[in-house]
Amino acid sequence: MIRAEFTKFRSVRGWVLGLATAVALFVGMGWLTAAGSFTSCDDQACPSPPVGPEGQAVEDHFGFAHRTLTGDGSLTARVRDFSGIITYPPPNHDEIVDGLVPWAKAGLIVKSDINPGSPYAAIMLTADHGVRFQHNYVHDAAGPVDARWLRISRSGADVTAYASADGRNWTTVGTMSGWSGPVRIGFAIASPPDITAKGNPMGGSIVQARFTQASAVFDQITSTAGGAWRYDEVGADGLRTDWEKLHRAPGMTTGSDTLTLTGSGDIAPATDMRVAPYLAGALPALLAILVVAVLFITSEFRRGLIRTTLLASPHRARMLAAKAAVIGGVTFAAALIAVVVARPLVSHVFRANGNFAAPTGLLTDLRLSLGTAALLAATAVCAYALGALLRRGLLAIVLAVALTVVPYLLATASVLPVAAGEWLLRLTPAAGFAVQQAFPAYEQVFHPYTPADGYFPLAPAAGLAVTCLWAAGLLTLATVRLNRADI
Amino acid sequence: MDATIDITGLRKSYGPTAALREMTFTVRPGQVTGFVGPNGAGKSTTMRILLGLDHPDGGTALIGGRRYRDLTKPLEAVGALLDGTALQPSRSGRNHLLWLAQSQGLPASRVDELLDEVGLAGVARRRAGGYSLGMRQRLGVAAALLGDPPVLILDEPFNGLDPAGFVWMRDLLRTRAREGRAVLISSHLMGELQDLAGHVIVVDRGRVVADAPTRAMRERYGSLESAYLELTR
Ligand SMILES: Nc1ncnc2c1ncn2[C@@H]1O[C@H](COP(=O)(O)OP(=O)(O)O)[C@@H](O)[C@H]1O
Ligand SMILES: [Mg+2]
Repeated sequence: MIRAEFTKFRSVRGWVLGLATAVALFVGMGWLTAAGSFTSCDDQACPSPPVGPEGQAVEDHFGFAHRTLTGDGSLTARVRDFSGIITYPPPNHDEIVDGLVPWAKAGLIVKSDINPGSPYAAIMLTADHGVRFQHNYVHDAAGPVDARWLRISRSGADVTAYASADGRNWTTVGTMSGWSGPVRIGFAIASPPDITAKGNPMGGSIVQARFTQASAVFDQITSTAGGAWRYDEVGADGLRTDWEKLHRAPGMTTGSDTLTLTGSGDIAPATDMRVAPYLAGALPALLAILVVAVLFITSEFRRGLIRTTLLASPHRARMLAAKAAVIGGVTFAAALIAVVVARPLVSHVFRANGNFAAPTGLLTDLRLSLGTAALLAATAVCAYALGALLRRGLLAIVLAVALTVVPYLLATASVLPVAAGEWLLRLTPAAGFAVQQAFPAYEQVFHPYTPADGYFPLAPAAGLAVTCLWAAGLLTLATVRLNRADI
Repeated sequence: MDATIDITGLRKSYGPTAALREMTFTVRPGQVTGFVGPNGAGKSTTMRILLGLDHPDGGTALIGGRRYRDLTKPLEAVGALLDGTALQPSRSGRNHLLWLAQSQGLPASRVDELLDEVGLAGVARRRAGGYSLGMRQRLGVAAALLGDPPVLILDEPFNGLDPAGFVWMRDLLRTRAREGRAVLISSHLMGELQDLAGHVIVVDRGRVVADAPTRAMRERYGSLESAYLELTR
C-alpha cells in the first residue's frame, strides 16, 4: 500500500516539483543568509574566538596570577575580600556603582598554559552562586554556598578542588582527570559584562551589556609551587575602558601575605552564537512542503479519487497511515538532500564573508541535520492530517501555516514578548524547531536565552515530540472522521 | 469465491432524504443484471454501500457472503466503476493503473495488458486530465478489470461513450458474464439494457419494484422501456 501511495506521489509532477522547490528554497535561503552576512575588521582577517578543548567556541579572558607546577602540589587560599564595580546600570544609566554581577568569580585555577582556550580546572567563589567547580569552559558544578577557603591540588593526572568555610573542614567539590606535564597554578579573577534584556516596545527585547570589573584579595596563601607570582591578562584584546584608564587598571598587587587581583572578562562557553546559518532555509522550505502535503490528500477528495483509493484499500485507518508514511518519508528524504547540499555550500559562503561559524561538533551537527529533516517530515504529516480532516485544500494550507510557520515567526522575530513566544514554542507544532538549537543554554553564563537568539524553551527531543504528538493527534482525528464518513 | 451479491433490507437516509427504504435483491453470476430506475432512485447509493464507501442505517450488503471491507485484496474479488471522471488530472493513465495494481500486489505487466485491452495503450503515458469522457470511462473499466475479479459493479458505464464505445462496452460485459462472472450495471436508460441484461431489477424511491428475467418483463410489458415507464410511474 505504501508502494502504491509512493507511486501516486511521484506520478504527479506538481508535487514532485513542489518538493524540489522546497529543496531549492532551503539551499537558496541559506545561501542568501550567508551571502548577506559580513564581518570585517579593518581590512584584516577577523580574530576568531578561541575553541575550547571540547570543541566549543569559548570566552577565555581573565586576570591570572600564576606559578609553574611541574609535578604534584597544591594551592590553598582564602578569599578575604571580593568587590567590584558595574558601569552605568539601569534604571538611569548615569553612574558607576559598587557591586558584582552574579557570575563574577575569584578563585584558584590550574591551567595548562596561558593561551586562551587551553584546558583548565578552577574552584571559584562567585558573587551570587556560591563556590563552583568549573573546568574546560562547559562544565560547572556547585560547591558549598558559604565557603571562603579554596584549595586546588594536583596529584598525577588528577586535579581536585576543595572548599571550606573555616579552613579546617574541607569538602571535595570536583575532580578533573587527564593532566600531564607542567601546568600553571594560581589565582584567577573574572567579571562578565552586566547584561540586561528589556522589553522592546516593538516586541521582543533589547539586550545591553555593560563593562564591569571585580577585585579580590586573597590571604592565608599556602603554595607548594615556588617562585614569584607572575601576572597575565589571559585573552586580552588590548582595549581599555575609561574606568580602567582613569580609575583602576586590571592587574595584580602582592602584599606581605596577600595577593590582590583586579580584572574583567569570563572563563565560559561563548553564547553569542546563533542558529547555524545553513538551517536558515528550513522555514521557506516548510511553506512549500505544507502545500504539497495538504494537496497530497485534499486533491483526492476534490476529484473523488478518494473512492478509488478506498476501493483498493478499504481499511481506512491503514490507508491514511500509509499516505502519512509516504508524505513523511519523501519530505524527510528531500529535507535531508537539502541539508546535505546546504551545509557545505552555505558554511563556505558564510566563512568567506569573514564570519565566524562556531563549531558545533559532530553529534550536534548530526542532530541539527537529521532533526531538521525529522521536523519538516513531522510538520508535513501535520499538514497532511489537517488536509484529511478538513478536506479543503486552501483551508488546510492556511491552518497548517497558522499552526507552524506563524508561531515560529512570532516567537523568533521579536514580535511577541519573550514569554509569550516561548509558550508558542512549547505548545504549537512549531515546538519541533527546538531541534535547530545549536548550542545549549549554559546556566553558568548569564544571557537572555531567547528564541530570537536561537534558544528554545524545550529540549530538541521534547520539541520534536510535541510536533509528532500534534501529527499523531491530527491523524487520529482525521481517521475518526474518515471512518464515520460516507464517501 | 462465490460471485453472488446479496442485498438485504438496506436502509439509508441522508439527513431528511430517505435514499433507500428496504432495498432487497440478489445478483447471480453468469449474466448481466441491469439495475434500473429513475434518477434519485437509490442505485448509486446501493452500490456505494455495497462497496463499503457509505454506511447503511440498516440491512446488509454482501459479496460472496462477505462485506467489501473484509476482503483482503478487494480488486481481485470485485471490480467497480463508480465515476470515471474521478482522476488526478496530472497523473498519466498508466500511472493511475500502476498504483492500483501495486496496491493489490499485481505486476506492472498486468497494467499494460489492460491498457491494450481497453484501447488506451497509445495515450497511456499522457496526463489523464487531457482524456475525453469516453477515454476516462475506458480507464475506469480498465481499473475495474485489473484484478480479474469474478464480480463487476458498474454505475452508469455507458455515460460519455460514443457509439463505438457502446458496442465495445456491451461486448465486454457480455463476455464477462458468459465467463461466469456476476455483472451488475446501473442505468436510467432501458434501451441500453434491452439486449444485454439477462435480468433486471427496477427500483424507485429506494425500493425494488420489479426483479425478474428480462425475457419475462418483455413478455409481460412488451418492451423494457414500457415496463420501466409502467413500474416507476
Ligand atoms: N451523499 C449524499 N448526500 C445527500 N443526499 C444524497 C447523497 N447521495 C445520494 N443522496 C440522495 O439519495 C437519493 C438517491 O440517490 P442516488 O443513489 O444517487 O440515486 P441514483 O443513483 O439512483 O440516481 C437521492 O435523493 C439523492 O439526492
Ligand atoms: Mg446514480
